Amino acid sequence: MSSGHLSEIDSSVQSIRFLDGKARYPVLFLIASGVLWLLFGSLLALLASVKMHAPEFLGQWSFLTFGRVRPLHLNTMVYGWASMTGAGVALWLLSRTLRVAIPMRPYIIGVTVIWNIALFVGSIQILSGFTRGIEWLEFPVSTMIVIVWCILVIGIAAMLMLFYRNVKTLYVSVWYIIAAFLWLPLLGGVSSLPIFNSPTVQAGMNWWFAHNALGLWFTPIGLAAAYYFIPKVVGRPIYSYGLSLLGFWGLALFYNWNGFHHLIGSPLPTWFVTISIAASVMMIIPVVVVAVNHHMTVVGSFSAVKHSPTLRFVVFGAMSYTFVSLQGSLQALRSTNEVIHFTHFVVAHAHIGMYAFVTMMLFGSCYYILPRLTNWEWQSHKLIKAHFWLSAIGIILYTVPLQIGGVLQGLAMNNPDIPFMDTMNLTIPYLIARSVAGVLLTAGHLIFAYLVVRIVSKVGLRPEAPTIWKKTLKET
Amino acid sequence: MVRNWILLFGIIAVFAIAMVGLTILPKLVVDPRVEAVDYGNTFEIVQGHAIYVREGCIYCHSMQVRPEGFGADFERGWGRASEAEDYRNLTPHLLGTMRTGPDLSNIGSRQPSVDWHMIHLYQPRAVSEGSIMPPYPWLFEVVNETARPNREGLSLPEEYRIPGKKVIPTDEARYLVAFLLSLNQQVPGMED
Ligand code: HEC
Repeated sequence: MSSGHLSEIDSSVQSIRFLDGKARYPVLFLIASGVLWLLFGSLLALLASVKMHAPEFLGQWSFLTFGRVRPLHLNTMVYGWASMTGAGVALWLLSRTLRVAIPMRPYIIGVTVIWNIALFVGSIQILSGFTRGIEWLEFPVSTMIVIVWCILVIGIAAMLMLFYRNVKTLYVSVWYIIAAFLWLPLLGGVSSLPIFNSPTVQAGMNWWFAHNALGLWFTPIGLAAAYYFIPKVVGRPIYSYGLSLLGFWGLALFYNWNGFHHLIGSPLPTWFVTISIAASVMMIIPVVVVAVNHHMTVVGSFSAVKHSPTLRFVVFGAMSYTFVSLQGSLQALRSTNEVIHFTHFVVAHAHIGMYAFVTMMLFGSCYYILPRLTNWEWQSHKLIKAHFWLSAIGIILYTVPLQIGGVLQGLAMNNPDIPFMDTMNLTIPYLIARSVAGVLLTAGHLIFAYLVVRIVSKVGLRPEAPTIWKKTLKET
Repeated sequence: MVRNWILLFGIIAVFAIAMVGLTILPKLVVDPRVEAVDYGNTFEIVQGHAIYVREGCIYCHSMQVRPEGFGADFERGWGRASEAEDYRNLTPHLLGTMRTGPDLSNIGSRQPSVDWHMIHLYQPRAVSEGSIMPPYPWLFEVVNETARPNREGLSLPEEYRIPGKKVIPTDEARYLVAFLLSLNQQVPGMED
């Protein structure tokens, strides 16, 4: 496919080093901003988690009440950490796979500044009570529109890269990223429309949006990263092009219809809910297809998972994607939903999605990308290892007990002979376990942030070899 | 170039179809039912709804009763299955996703005592031992026993009293309780 001649865009095939040089400032800025919000979001998470079993903890201040800290935790993690870092990773992946320098660099840096300001303003708004009050959409509409607009501008850069690329075929990661950059602004725009102004209808829009934010924005970016890094680090092509195609269009077709499985038993008309349940079950197809594709690519090279920091995070993320998606399909069935809906089980499920899948994938991507952007190496193998285990053990300690607690809570709730207070009391040990897990996760994030600061500011000596846990294997 | 456009078109088309299916269609089906009812929302109720939103009660309380036979909502006395008309046409919606605390669709008829609600909001553990619901002291004023002679303080249990002081609800507390008491599944023109 021919390439155009926009002055900003270098149309000649360029060396990777050149592309990374152009990507340096916009991508670093996006990732660094994301890490900042990760730390703030972790603090909010700890506060919310502790408050849940110790309600008097900092209970006298309105701006730190559970009902404000908890939504802000979600919003900073989703629209700060995961969206910013995700956008940075996505741009870098496009630059590599389309062999074209990132265009509009000053604009990208500019909107990232605005994006940070919007998040800051939005944080103050939520803590002081100016919330939109809709889960996943707590930022007031005006603030949200600014954020969506920032992502739209970055999306335009992505589209330009698609049209001015220097390769003929589109690698599967590209499909996912282009789709993500189209879907998120559409989602953000539609969800901000004032037409959904009656409560029941708004609930529908709410869960259509929230589920799609995960399914049509973070999931494609996460899968794009998996599709790029797994073959790259293992050093062999992706197993099957046909499966990649099926996986992508399957996700596009079915994920869009999933949202209403959050509304089983609600006053919304049953047949919409039934469509969503069916679509949720259909999701098994693209999920299994992607899992097989990734598994067949890694198979035989599992030692690489041991030695490459990137691959270890990415494979953890890819496996979590399979697990969380299949779990999601099961949760959408009426009989399961009857028990786990309205319980902590769903919160744990959401964290398998946003953390064990998306966040681990982003960590893995950062471990690969940052040395290439900075021409520097990670300072410490040991600290990366510590980060991995803190995150991995932390998220398991978070989700496994809380899902057990959630099922017990749901079963108790559905047994009218058990007083309501018992359904609350029985969850408390699991809520405490979550706080412990939160400490581990936060410790991991602090290590990660420290490593990022070190590599970006190039403190110390430039290490000689790329960071791998065994000298015989080389990441390229 | 053609391949680019097919990709972009496909991506937007799958999105648009589902968007119409899950947002526009439900709107066309449900909205007329809600608009047909005159709820006569009072100022207090509307303000109370806003405070409920502001304090994030939704993160622990659902406001949707599941139909009989699906869960034990009915057996727990939380009311009949919720209908689109139950929400007084107030947005943001408060359907909720979590039941750390009980469903509140019908709290107005289950717990009609203003005093109980006031004490519970000021200090949940004063009426409900071991509750993990947060306290909302900023909806109340702590004044000297002798101040505001025409306002009575909350009748708190001994351990939560402050010597020489009394706790009186602010307007915000009154609005919030007015909203809670309005939650009783009595939709005008929909009596069954
Ligand atoms: C951290 C979770 C949490 C938050 C936030 C929360 N609650 Fe609760 N709420 C509970 C729990 C647990 C109970 C059951 C124990 C009790 O009565 O305190 C409860 C009980 C109640 C009850 C009594 C229900 C009944 O059936 O007796 C009312 C009314 C109530 N809450 C109102 C509110 C309001 C209004 C807000 C917001 C200002 C709020 N709650 C915020 C957890 C929460």
